[in-house]
Amino acid sequence: MAKKVALLQGNEASAYGALYAGCRFFGGYPITPSTEVAEVMAVELPKVGGKFIQMEDEIGAMASILGASLTGAKVLTASSGPGMSLKQELIGYACIAEIPCVIVNVMRGGPSTGMPTGPSQSDIMQARWGTHGDHPTIALVPASCQEIFTETVRAFNLAEIYRMPVQVLLDEINGHMRERIELPEPGELEVLDRAAPSVPPEQYLPFDPSVGDVPPLAAFGSGYRFHVTGLNKAPDGFPTTRAELVDAEERRQLRKIEAARDLIEKNEEYLLDDAEVAVIAFGTISRSARHAVNALREQGIKAGLFRPITLWPFPERRVAELAKQVKGMLVPEMNLGQLVLEVERVVKGACSVSSLTRVDGEPITPDQIMEQIREVC
Amino acid sequence: MAFNYEQYLRPGKLPHIWCPGCGHGIVLKGLLRAMDACHLDKDRTAVVSGIGCASRLPGYVDFNTLHTAHGRAAAFATGIKLARPEMTVLVVGGDGDGVAIGGNHFIHACRRNIDMTYVLCNNYIYGMTGGQFSPCTPMGDKASTTPYGNPDPTFDIAKLAIGAGATFVARTTAFHATQIDKLIAEGIRHKGMSVIEVLDDCPTAFGRRNKFRSVVEMMKRFKETAVPAATAAKMSAEELQGKIVTGILHREERPEYCEQYQQVIDRARGA
Amino acid sequence: MSSPRLEIIERYCKGCSICVEFCPTHVLEMDGFLATVVRPEACIGCMQCELRCPDFAIKVYKE
Repeated sequence: MAKKVALLQGNEASAYGALYAGCRFFGGYPITPSTEVAEVMAVELPKVGGKFIQMEDEIGAMASILGASLTGAKVLTASSGPGMSLKQELIGYACIAEIPCVIVNVMRGGPSTGMPTGPSQSDIMQARWGTHGDHPTIALVPASCQEIFTETVRAFNLAEIYRMPVQVLLDEINGHMRERIELPEPGELEVLDRAAPSVPPEQYLPFDPSVGDVPPLAAFGSGYRFHVTGLNKAPDGFPTTRAELVDAEERRQLRKIEAARDLIEKNEEYLLDDAEVAVIAFGTISRSARHAVNALREQGIKAGLFRPITLWPFPERRVAELAKQVKGMLVPEMNLGQLVLEVERVVKGACSVSSLTRVDGEPITPDQIMEQIREVC
Repeated sequence: MAFNYEQYLRPGKLPHIWCPGCGHGIVLKGLLRAMDACHLDKDRTAVVSGIGCASRLPGYVDFNTLHTAHGRAAAFATGIKLARPEMTVLVVGGDGDGVAIGGNHFIHACRRNIDMTYVLCNNYIYGMTGGQFSPCTPMGDKASTTPYGNPDPTFDIAKLAIGAGATFVARTTAFHATQIDKLIAEGIRHKGMSVIEVLDDCPTAFGRRNKFRSVVEMMKRFKETAVPAATAAKMSAEELQGKIVTGILHREERPEYCEQYQQVIDRARGA
Repeated sequence: MSSPRLEIIERYCKGCSICVEFCPTHVLEMDGFLATVVRPEACIGCMQCELRCPDFAIKVYKE
């Protein structure tokens, strides 16, 4: 049977991916360059009985999806630039209260209003550390429109299974770029739902560590009455300042991701088997990097591409292994050098690490990557 | 006969955290009597709050309870209500939480006329952080951040709610204990955004700084300055100076947000 | 008909004295920071103390 195909923008693809995953609630606020995500959801959600709401501000948008998620709905919001700065408050709430939600961040230049119509990859450290306090992070960085669709589906699966916010980081280029997409049939991609409590309401503890690192989340209105707070809490959900409970709770939240790295991490490795130089690139810039690697190979330079698709948690083990194999790594990114810090941290001097940055609103080109690799080699 | 509050309280949570004489406990009791009068189903009722002393209320009550971030209660509650319109949604919080940091969410919930009941405990002060002035601290009064008297004009919360589009707006005080539950119950029964402002006493952070010798004196001030809305309607602006107009201040029927959104769903589906 | 019975839950009472001040028949007095029933026979069962207690610390039981 012929596949259903569509010509979709990255932003649109993320919205359709969300719908495929079963998203039934979107709370948003208009901001360039992410607005198309909201516009598609406004059209499509009511058709499937879902709810779309344009809130009064970015924080309200984030709050609305967390409220909706607590009733059991799969929820989405999308934003960019200063909107993401505003959302950090309640991303932290979603972390501590362990409320599943997906946030699409179509990255633009910054700080502040920056360059609303210009691409950027400068929110990757914000994605990891933007909200205050310690917390786990999952962030996915698809490169193509097809992958934006499938990775948005995966983002929902991860949010629901690990009971936490998951960010999908696009940028102005792949968010607005149109590509042919093969639309998966229902059932073709895995769609996962959050676990339901296995105990009756009177025994339910919303943060019970004895049932595992991801305790099931009951839905408001389902007969399980429980308390949710942004304060540090005991397994029963009520606030506590007891040192051992706070410590155990914070460590469990990090552990639930650290222990599941193998299930969450996802990378593409391209021509790395015999590579002497590895380009570490993600999202839009990984496309320039792939082009550069192909061209360098034609010139006899053994280059390869390591492309994280899950950016957080960062693929530490694999990058460290790679550092022992290659002579050097190049990290091209549309910011002033963020990912390179993580690569250097992981590589620990095992190979040379070179940084290529650009923040003028234009993408890093294959030529730039090739030129810098020739200098390194 | 003694009212059975225990049926709605989570076991083992009392005594609550509020200071001696704090009116939040009086509001909590009024809220429970109102919920009882409305025969609310515990499983299908959510109580949502923000941050502050009053916002600790949901922790004590045996419903679906959500203690959110500072000022965000109305926005979280909007998500709950729109996702599950069959649920009864109540919001509880203070003046700083509701109309300072949460002011935008508050007015837009009013504008949408989404079916929820917002009980706003206005004690004129940020109590939990130790007594800083709020948008409701009377001009000239003392707070830790207005040591020479408050230069800021105040919000009239009821007028703000009416102007923003709330379709049921009422006001009472912590002294008028039986009116608290009657007005909240009216608000719960009303379809649309209901705002019940309860002028509340904070003896610790507000009273002591502003020459109230006791909580009883604060209560008596409420008693002496309250004027029922019907009486107030016959009084001049001069006569109403320094008075608190109580009772139902505004009530109208207007389409409710979730019902409006259902029409969106029907149109999208081509019904 | 006997007087209503008043129960003070001492663990909850924070000593604000609202009940003492608003009792119309002076049934209650403060004993330090604790409300206490001193004239139970005077209670008319008006419920003011229970209604106004912010701390769930007083219950009035009528026959």
